[in-house]
Amino acid sequence: MGAVIKVGMADYKICRSPDAVTTLGLGSCVGIALWDREKKIGGLVHIMLPSSMSLKQNSNPLKFADTGIDELVKQMVLAGASKNNLVAKIAGGSQMFNFQQSSATSGIGERNVESSKEKLNMLRIPILASDTGENYGRTVTFYPENGDFVIRAVGKPEKVI
Amino acid sequence: MSDFTLDNSHNYFDVLKELGNIGAGNATTALSQMLGCKVDMKVPQVKLLEFKEIGEAMGGEEQLMAGVYVMVAGDIAGSMMFLLEKKAAHSLVAKLMMTEPNLEDDFSEMEWSALKEIGNIIVSSYLNSLATMTNMKIVSSVPDLTIDMAGALLSVPAIHFGEMGDKMLLIETRFLDEVDIEGYFILIPDLESYDRILTTLGM
Repeated sequence: MGAVIKVGMADYKICRSPDAVTTLGLGSCVGIALWDREKKIGGLVHIMLPSSMSLKQNSNPLKFADTGIDELVKQMVLAGASKNNLVAKIAGGSQMFNFQQSSATSGIGERNVESSKEKLNMLRIPILASDTGENYGRTVTFYPENGDFVIRAVGKPEKVI
Repeated sequence: MSDFTLDNSHNYFDVLKELGNIGAGNATTALSQMLGCKVDMKVPQVKLLEFKEIGEAMGGEEQLMAGVYVMVAGDIAGSMMFLLEKKAAHSLVAKLMMTEPNLEDDFSEMEWSALKEIGNIIVSSYLNSLATMTNMKIVSSVPDLTIDMAGALLSVPAIHFGEMGDKMLLIETRFLDEVDIEGYFILIPDLESYDRILTTLGM
């Protein structure tokens, strides 16, 4: 077994098999795993917000779905992955609290997922699997050895997508 | 005249700590009265955290916690969260309802609603005392309760803060009773609120 490398909020990490990348307690954020199957390189970015376009405060590109995915692709290519080989798996984007009145952050999980999918489509990176939405947190681990994206949630059986 | 930014926030930490003291002091008293036992509170801490540090702040991202979350509006806008370890939440409810702690994993509907109400009372007493002491107008939303991993709960205020900056500033107070109840009050005002808070307090 390799090492499991931890990714924080608004953060990314890249690893090679047999290592794995993980992010713990994803709520409304989305974890996007990219994989070069041939070189067995995997990357995971933990984004918080859908788009860097609508906000002035965007000095950290890893905060946003659009710029976060761009950055991860760039870094994976630098690490030796081939852009044309990349495939994606995504998870997260839940709604943790239910507020009656609408607020700026309501539905943010859903918007994060949509924006991530849009960006991946734009970059022509196929999305192999996803586990998104609902109302619970997820811990996700990506294994570049075989492309398994393991998802754990409280009180639910472990899922591999 | 104050001009609050995340870069000079350290200058104001003591003031913000005092806010935590006022709010948490009253909330702890409310909790202690409800339970009929002594509850201690630690010195409030003001933390300026990078997003990647947030999960680790309250005992680890995967720590199972009950979180009561309210949106706050008025002179202080932002959010407030009352966090309890899940085990502590079970004992708290059991003490209040005078039953044996339910050691099963799930809360019954009755226990769930009791926990939500406890959260409501505690958060309200925190915010009310702040409003009274500082003469600020503070309105809070209907609370919502979720039990999940700490990281997932904290992602909600973090995302809200992420729209304004790259760090999250929070005023955190830890409390514990003699036996097994332990948790946090976290007040997370929006950046614009800090200017108003500091002005009101004559900074």
